[in-house]
Amino acid sequence: MSLDTRAAVTIDPKAGARPTATKSTTSDKAVGGASHIVLAIWAIVVILPMLWTLIGSFKTTKEIFASPFGLPENWNFDNYVSAWIGNNFGGMFINTVIVVGVSLVLVMVLGAMCAYVLARFSVPGSRVIYYLVLAGLTFPVFLAIVPLFFILQGMSLLNTLPGLIITYVAFALPFTVFFLFSFFKSLPYEIQEAAYVDGASEWRTFFQVMLPMAKPGMAAVAIMNFLGLWNQFLLPISLNTDKSNYVLSQGMASYASSAGYALDFGEMFAAVIITIVPVLIVYIFFQRQLQGSVSQGTSK
Amino acid sequence: MSLSAPGLDTALDTSTVVTARTGRRKAPRAGLRRRMSFDYVSFLLVFLGLPVAIFLIFVISPFVQAVYYAMTNWTGFSPDMDFVGVENFVRLFQDATFLQAMGNNVLLAIVVPLITIVIALVFASMITVGGPSHGQVRGLKGSSFYRVVSFFPYVIPAIVIAILWNMIYTPSGLLNGILGVVGIDTNEFAWLGDARTAMGATIFVIVWSMVGFYMVLFIAAIKGIPGETLEAARIDGAGRFRTVISIVLPQIRDNVQTAYIYLGILALDAFVYMAGLNSTGGPGNSTLVMSQYLFRTAFEKGQFGMASAMGVVLAVITLLFAAIVISVFRLVGGKDEGGRA
Repeated sequence: MSLDTRAAVTIDPKAGARPTATKSTTSDKAVGGASHIVLAIWAIVVILPMLWTLIGSFKTTKEIFASPFGLPENWNFDNYVSAWIGNNFGGMFINTVIVVGVSLVLVMVLGAMCAYVLARFSVPGSRVIYYLVLAGLTFPVFLAIVPLFFILQGMSLLNTLPGLIITYVAFALPFTVFFLFSFFKSLPYEIQEAAYVDGASEWRTFFQVMLPMAKPGMAAVAIMNFLGLWNQFLLPISLNTDKSNYVLSQGMASYASSAGYALDFGEMFAAVIITIVPVLIVYIFFQRQLQGSVSQGTSK
Repeated sequence: MSLSAPGLDTALDTSTVVTARTGRRKAPRAGLRRRMSFDYVSFLLVFLGLPVAIFLIFVISPFVQAVYYAMTNWTGFSPDMDFVGVENFVRLFQDATFLQAMGNNVLLAIVVPLITIVIALVFASMITVGGPSHGQVRGLKGSSFYRVVSFFPYVIPAIVIAILWNMIYTPSGLLNGILGVVGIDTNEFAWLGDARTAMGATIFVIVWSMVGFYMVLFIAAIKGIPGETLEAARIDGAGRFRTVISIVLPQIRDNVQTAYIYLGILALDAFVYMAGLNSTGGPGNSTLVMSQYLFRTAFEKGQFGMASAMGVVLAVITLLFAAIVISVFRLVGGKDEGGRA
């Protein structure tokens, strides 16, 4: 794949160097055409597995093994029903919604508060905190995982949803603070001063004046955090091993590995679709913002 | 951290690529200093105290403790542990399996970013400067479709991606099916079950999931290059290829460097992909990575001291990797330092 694409670009070095041409030259067409072909191939490579999964989720395992491309004989939701109820993906879905929902709200509120203070007040030690946040972003979670296990055990939070929530919040904090820090920094000071002059307390200034102004930044970080937390895997599999508390990502992995090659493919595909649908919805609705937030940093 | 928590990390770490630049700005100096009042003190306690306490207890203190545990022979089930100094590290570097896992990680950290960035750069260049060669420098028509589609894998949970590809690679899966249609009989080849192909197949999956994100990142960076610069190059007679090599690449070098670091950190972890593709380490441990070995040592064998030592090694390698990438980029492009940034 990569080789093809490189070749496609190198086709034109000589031909493309005709700045005076006024309409599309043959080289333009060649480059444009080749680019479209290469990008289209990649698009197929991305879409095909998804399509295969979607169609497969309606097929019986026998049909899947018979032909990878055939359509299911009758379209029904049998696989979804057995995955949702029989294999408890429904329960895991609810667990995931609870854990991700609560952590997301908490981390956004706490992260915004922390970033606001760090960015706009001169508090002793704020430099140190800022560098600790950077460290939190850099070190691998794997370094922390063993002590974390025993810290949660000591607080009797191991294998509980609240324990998982607080860990999610803690590990999503550095990113949230780091991103929102520069955002709060860029807000005008005059408005904050005006709020003080009008007699607003610190609390009120934040919640009624500054936080609403930070909405675009909050939205971008919230989307990123939602995806990150929904997709989290290491923390639940090491800190949340009670089957009734499973979240989707770990449930998927445990289902796939326990069944091995004797796996019910149709049901597995259905479980994959159940896991993907929420992120897919978020992606479709916030596609512009998501790609925008990726670009934000680069355009300064 | 986010760098390596699978899942969380894919989203978080890559997005910090984004913030890296803005964050590099001078930290706060001219903040407000307020009078001490109940309002202000309670505000500080809650606004700063609460998040920082959570962060210190659940993120920073485990990091610090891990370094201590790494120098003990703790098994976790008895309260007593002996301080053994660097013995764990000595044993680690005599452990053939660990060394093999480390080698696999190093291979991943070199190859994955390289392939991902080359593909992402090629795609981004096609989309941004692949348009007609007259008039303004323009991109390809209808390119937003490609952008939306290729970005999509980035939002799918990495574990799902890995399981999905595991099914694609199975003997009766999609890959052999397609090859059969094209006329290549693979004889039900198990792509992940053969030591010769397991690593390559794994690398492809990671690349597949990451190309779209970095493509979007590079497109944004290229669009940030002033139009005059590109036009000047065109007037001087540079073709598209030349424009990309001599103008675009040096201008977005910072972004490429950040991308290399984040992809490398992802590859040094790789836990979540391996867990879904070959949870046992692959044929002959050909895809075993340090994080898997660490997880097994801690939660299956209960050797917590040893596992912490592995965590320390992983952290040191991660930092070393970042330092090496930064210095290589500085060496390679030292002259046009400060092109845009």
